[in-house]
Amino acid sequence: MPFDRLVRTVDEWARAAGRKDVFAQIGSSAYRPRHLESVECLTPAEFRQRASSAALIISHAGVGSILTALELCKPVVVMPRRAALGEHRNDHQVATSQRFVNLANVRVAFNEEELLATLLALDFNEMTRSLAAYASPELLARIREFVRAAPARTRYWRR
Amino acid sequence: MGNRRRHVKRVLAVASGGGHWIQLLRLQPAFEGCRIVYVCTNSGYRYTVGSSPFYVVTDAHRGTRWRLLFCALRLGLIILFELPDVVISTGAAPGYFAIRIAKVLGAKTVWVDSIANASEMSLSGRLVRPFADLWLTQWKHIARSPGPHFVGAVL
Repeated sequence: MPFDRLVRTVDEWARAAGRKDVFAQIGSSAYRPRHLESVECLTPAEFRQRASSAALIISHAGVGSILTALELCKPVVVMPRRAALGEHRNDHQVATSQRFVNLANVRVAFNEEELLATLLALDFNEMTRSLAAYASPELLARIREFVRAAPARTRYWRR
Repeated sequence: MGNRRRHVKRVLAVASGGGHWIQLLRLQPAFEGCRIVYVCTNSGYRYTVGSSPFYVVTDAHRGTRWRLLFCALRLGLIILFELPDVVISTGAAPGYFAIRIAKVLGAKTVWVDSIANASEMSLSGRLVRPFADLWLTQWKHIARSPGPHFVGAVL
């Protein structure tokens, strides 16, 4: 289903921020963007490839999109589709947005104004810095402790 | 008896290419001071590990029996050669095989389920349970008291 509100807002951001590096998969959107490169559809492989090389992903608040961004450890800004505006069958994307909003790399905008403001306020350097290169200290500590406690196996056949 | 040479722990880190691999790399600080050897399904990731040993195994998933077999055989050879003290994996099938094989040889094993599995553990993650000494999920709501455990995420 089309999501013209998202495409239009990102196009507006590309114009206002003077960005020449925005690429979009726009589906059956009736709105034709003027300040970004777009295609109707990407294959899953193309999508992952684009997402892997992107500095930022902007998307509807679909679980698949958010999880792809998490998996590839990319910052993502999402806006939920709304049933009342004919963008989806129901409002579960709103629930999804609320579920993922606290994650380090996820920013949620609940409407176009918020989305534009969020995008314009983004500092790409700060975003790269704050999305630290490594896992949470707790997870690292647990694994470090596990490795330290693991027996050394210099003579494994003698156990 | 003189001073023993301090044994450097040997870690084997296994992950399929793509998201699994990216998440594995984020665990690198946990292996400081160890000899770490990497196994991946895609030679294109060699550059991500500097001068550490890097092996490539066949990409295998549930539908391809021969690939699974070749993958398991190659992993067996790697493990016999490297004799890791610890095997860690973020998935998927190659990690499962590595942990199963290494367990037979007495290694300690860690499974970290991919962050993409936000509703339940992956199939490999469920199958590896009896062989993983540390069995982790990256989502608190999936954690249970007998496992999987949640102690944090890669993000």
